[in-house]
Amino acid sequence: MDYLSKLENQSIYIMREAFNKFENLAMLWSIGKDSTVLLWLARKAFLGHVPFPLVHVDTTYKIASMIEYRDRLVNDWKLQLVVGKNEPVLKSGVTYPNGKATRVECCGTLKKDALKQVLDKHHFTGVIVGVRRDEEPTRAKERYFSPRDKNMEWNVEDQPPELWDQFKTDYEKGAHIRIHPLLHWTELNVWEYIERESIPVIPLYFANERGERYRSLGCAPCTFPIKSNARTVREIIEELRHTKTSERSGRAQDKESEDAFEKLRRDGYM
Amino acid sequence: MPLKNYDAMDTCNSTAAPGATPEASREQLKIVIVGHVDHGKSTFVGRLFHDTGALPEGKLEQLQKAAERRGVPFEWANLMDALQSERDQNITIDTAQIWFNTARRQYVIIDAPGHKEFLKNMVTGAANAEAALLLIDAHEGVQENSRRHGYLLHLLGIRQVAVLVNKMDLANYDQARFKQIETEYRAWLKTIGLEPKVFIPIAAKHGDNVAALSAAMPWWSGPTVLQALDEFRVTDLPTHQPLRFPIQDVYRFDERRILAGRVEAGGIKVGDKLVFSPTNKISTVKTIERWNAPSSESASAGESIGITLTEQIFVARGAVAAIETDPPYELSSFKARLFWLGRQPFALGKTYKLKLATQEVECSIESIQKVIDASSLQTVTRDDGTVARHEVAELTLHTKKPIAFDVHNEIAATGRFVIVDGFDVSGGGIIAADNYPRRTHDANTKSLNIYWSRGKINATQREARNGHLGCVVWLTGLSGSGKSTIATELEREIFSLGQHVYVLDGDNIRHGLCKDLGFSPKDRTENIRRVGEVSKLFADAGVICITAFISPYREDRALVREIMAKGRFIEVYVNAPLEVCEQRDPKGLYAKARAKEIKEFTGITAPYEHPLKPEIELHTERQTVAESVAEILDYLQVQSFGSEISI
Repeated sequence: MDYLSKLENQSIYIMREAFNKFENLAMLWSIGKDSTVLLWLARKAFLGHVPFPLVHVDTTYKIASMIEYRDRLVNDWKLQLVVGKNEPVLKSGVTYPNGKATRVECCGTLKKDALKQVLDKHHFTGVIVGVRRDEEPTRAKERYFSPRDKNMEWNVEDQPPELWDQFKTDYEKGAHIRIHPLLHWTELNVWEYIERESIPVIPLYFANERGERYRSLGCAPCTFPIKSNARTVREIIEELRHTKTSERSGRAQDKESEDAFEKLRRDGYM
Repeated sequence: MPLKNYDAMDTCNSTAAPGATPEASREQLKIVIVGHVDHGKSTFVGRLFHDTGALPEGKLEQLQKAAERRGVPFEWANLMDALQSERDQNITIDTAQIWFNTARRQYVIIDAPGHKEFLKNMVTGAANAEAALLLIDAHEGVQENSRRHGYLLHLLGIRQVAVLVNKMDLANYDQARFKQIETEYRAWLKTIGLEPKVFIPIAAKHGDNVAALSAAMPWWSGPTVLQALDEFRVTDLPTHQPLRFPIQDVYRFDERRILAGRVEAGGIKVGDKLVFSPTNKISTVKTIERWNAPSSESASAGESIGITLTEQIFVARGAVAAIETDPPYELSSFKARLFWLGRQPFALGKTYKLKLATQEVECSIESIQKVIDASSLQTVTRDDGTVARHEVAELTLHTKKPIAFDVHNEIAATGRFVIVDGFDVSGGGIIAADNYPRRTHDANTKSLNIYWSRGKINATQREARNGHLGCVVWLTGLSGSGKSTIATELEREIFSLGQHVYVLDGDNIRHGLCKDLGFSPKDRTENIRRVGEVSKLFADAGVICITAFISPYREDRALVREIMAKGRFIEVYVNAPLEVCEQRDPKGLYAKARAKEIKEFTGITAPYEHPLKPEIELHTERQTVAESVAEILDYLQVQSFGSEISI
């Protein structure tokens, strides 16, 4: 079995475990390449179906074409979509970049808090998230089934053991479990799989006439394109095989202070 | 400006060696790095990344500059310590995974922590690895966790181990010191049956014998660490073992029932005759299901697939499919070697949840043969029937219901299990070989285990004891529609699942309880009322009560529904056209009714009011008995009447 198939089969197994074990299961969909591959793997696992709702945490600062792409796939693939927005904060205007909030504070309210609101509202007890270990170091410490307490906090120092594909599926009331089926994939694996399966991805990932493309997608004010001439999936794969810069180098919120991102994640950020 | 450690682990995917094979065709090996705290695991990993070109541009310079600014020596270990608390304490808390490449293949490296407190993280890392590098500090020598990790690696089934004697620079690169440690540790590992592939003297901090041979140790003629790694083999998937296909879930996205799961061992193909444990039901593979993949009539170990069957039988999560001639053991007692990670000890007399492949079952300790300190290999003399945190035990476990398993040495995936205490996975174990009997074909020998109530016991306690809810499965339909046949078959199935079940049959009841009643509308109503009350008592007692009565009047059935707790009355309309029933006429009653020998006969001379909203409607003119039974069992499963007991 080739290694992409190994990765795929493992992810399918994890997703099926989640679907069996959690009555109120949802999947986060950021519209990016990872969660779109995750969506594809869900269709693999459930033989063409996506038997749970997708949650999109919409900060309203997303790049406009992301929303168009989202709505097209929802229609084409007959998906159930739940959109989460932190309306009070959006109304109050305490956001970035108008100066009233730092980047990290803005991520905290518009993404992390909005996520908590939508989980609480729909009583989701299992949430599938497309994070990968190679993205950034705190994610490298994740489990496939990772518990969050009722305040959504991650106790990184005391994580459950995870062996032989026996996952944490018992938890206290009020807690929820994050399920990470893509944890063992690398950025390169994701693109190789997109190529193998011909998965439609948003064109923002491909280089434009100015020789720029997005390598990681987020909110417009905090996400910057990289210099690149990769116009096809194949060219992206070639580029990644030789790159020496990290995937999230274009994500400004990671860089505000030494442990900004770690703090966000401990508090419940994806 | 603080050191930006959060970037530290970002790696890139460049291939280190020129002429390396393209990524897509590369194999991948998962390795774990273990050893006592401070014996240099993180430093080694940092150095390895540097030497294989896996560090992002400018990373090394950035870390070096940051160290200079802080006035502290540069540490390779900083590359792996992502969390603030790790940087504060200078220890790696959790396992982190990261990638690097050699000319031969890609490696996924798991940096397991060495502190005793974090043993569960070490186990998590090691359980997912195919090979291990075990570090020993040349200066400190073999320590507690050097031995404990060695023992656990062996227990977890890892057979490819290289021992790296690190910090040779602190031992003056002395060959004698290296030999001394090798002799001591090799002897110890031999006592537990582990034979390392190689011992290598290294100084990770300076890169000695990591990627390149060391000028400081000219006496060393063995391999570098990278060469030793490339000698390891990728674990083959167990495609040549007997088939084990544990059912993960049953999907009904359309009219088909698809059994989903991963082939854990062996292969499966269309036409294979499968036996499902624990029910011993047999059926044949009709199709192999995948989505957006080339269609194929077979699948082998490692593949997550779905299958459909030619004959519809009841199968739920936890069932294990095997080829009829080569099934797993199916017993409620087995010997195991277990390691315990829980805060509370694993104790005799307590019940726990055992998870083996997709099976979940209640379990307890039957007997403890011995408890071992995994570091000293001494038998723990404390004889209080407990296995404490970080101890290892040889013991016999008892499960409340029989489970399907194999001996770990024969089929790994169905030969290992974890124990859940409360909400947490708290231990793991492998099943030891023993003189286990092969299964008999009599699956109906389990005791009923029914407890009678004398007050003070409520339904919840009863349900907890039984592991399922009491309810009434009320079959209604014309004479000859198949009620009794389905009822008795359903009873047998539920019984074999280890649940409490009883059938109230129309004919039998009229021999005793209702022998004073005739077949007038009034008597029929009274008959059904009595049966309703009796079935309610059965349900209260925690039993799944199946009734098989024509029960022709809607209102009568509604009255029974009313006296039952919500959701505990499951009306099953056994629907078959009158002509079909009349043709079947198992008791010759239709013939008598037509001959006017029976005065009031439902369907001929008395009305039948079919249910308007039954929970289940069966069509027995086209559904087989097995399909009908499977449909009812599915409903019970979905309504969680049986879900507390997984099969």
